[in-house]
Amino acid sequence: MKRYLIPLAIFVVLAVFLGVGLQLDPRKVPSPLVDKPAPAFSLPLLTDPAVQMTAEQMKGRVWVLNVWASWCVPCLAEHPYVTQMARSTGVPVVGLNYKDKPEDATTWLARHGDPYTRIVADRDGRVGIDYGVYGVPETFVIDRAGVIRHKQIGPITPEALRDTLLPLLKQLNG
Amino acid sequence: MCALRVLLLTLAALATPWAAAQEARPRAADPALEAEVLRIAEDLRCLVCQNETIAASNADLAVDLRQQVREQLLAGRSEREILDYMVARYGDFVLYNPPVKPVTWLLWGGPFVLLVGMSAWLWRLLRRRRALADTTPLTDAERQRARELLGRETP
Repeated sequence: MKRYLIPLAIFVVLAVFLGVGLQLDPRKVPSPLVDKPAPAFSLPLLTDPAVQMTAEQMKGRVWVLNVWASWCVPCLAEHPYVTQMARSTGVPVVGLNYKDKPEDATTWLARHGDPYTRIVADRDGRVGIDYGVYGVPETFVIDRAGVIRHKQIGPITPEALRDTLLPLLKQLNG
Repeated sequence: MCALRVLLLTLAALATPWAAAQEARPRAADPALEAEVLRIAEDLRCLVCQNETIAASNADLAVDLRQQVREQLLAGRSEREILDYMVARYGDFVLYNPPVKPVTWLLWGGPFVLLVGMSAWLWRLLRRRRALADTTPLTDAERQRARELLGRETP
């Protein structure tokens, strides 16, 4: 055997492993909640705190839960795509306003537009913990049976919308 | 975000040391409970500052999760139940000690496989080297030459 090839082989193996490792995004942690029932919640509406909304009310419909906050910069980046998703599919998009001040949230919506069917306020972030939220924005696609089918961590990009979210919503509604 | 937070905290600490000291004060009055909270929090990864535990991190989420641990301890839950609660929401990644299961066998067993493999390789190498060494005794001529080279009597 050609012994001088051994260091080369070790180098190639290492380079492949490190190369793959560099491509992985450490922020994308697989969620154990995918394919599990969406955690129940009962939260006041942002605009009308006297009214409570529950996850149960959405049973029987395909819907999207979008976790956002006015203090979250990437939320603004994904905002046009959330709007596009809501408009083009007609799927109800529920906003979960995460650890935000109601007045800041309403100002933000007035300035940038409100794509949401309804918005619930999770002021202390407890529902966020139940949904395993660790980085806003996050987006959950929930099917008619109330099962989480997909979780998008981080802002919705045009690619994620085109390649994942829109086809999935179409398939679930088909 | 974490780096920025650290920077801001450092600046805040430099400007007003007493403010930072206040933040580090335990929130519960019961020191035994607080020690227990921190002990459990040491095993949990903060998903915002991924290389910190939620005991060490000052990220909002870490503060919230410490509060969860505290409340659940007060509600009488065991450590196992609290860890299961976290895993159900954030996955095995929150645990600093990953559980042993098929996908983590390589992680847990890999170093030992490597150790055994390299030991076997080393042992073979040493044996081969010993086999190469010439063990036949020197002839009288060779002994004479060695003596000359060394310039002194051999025992």
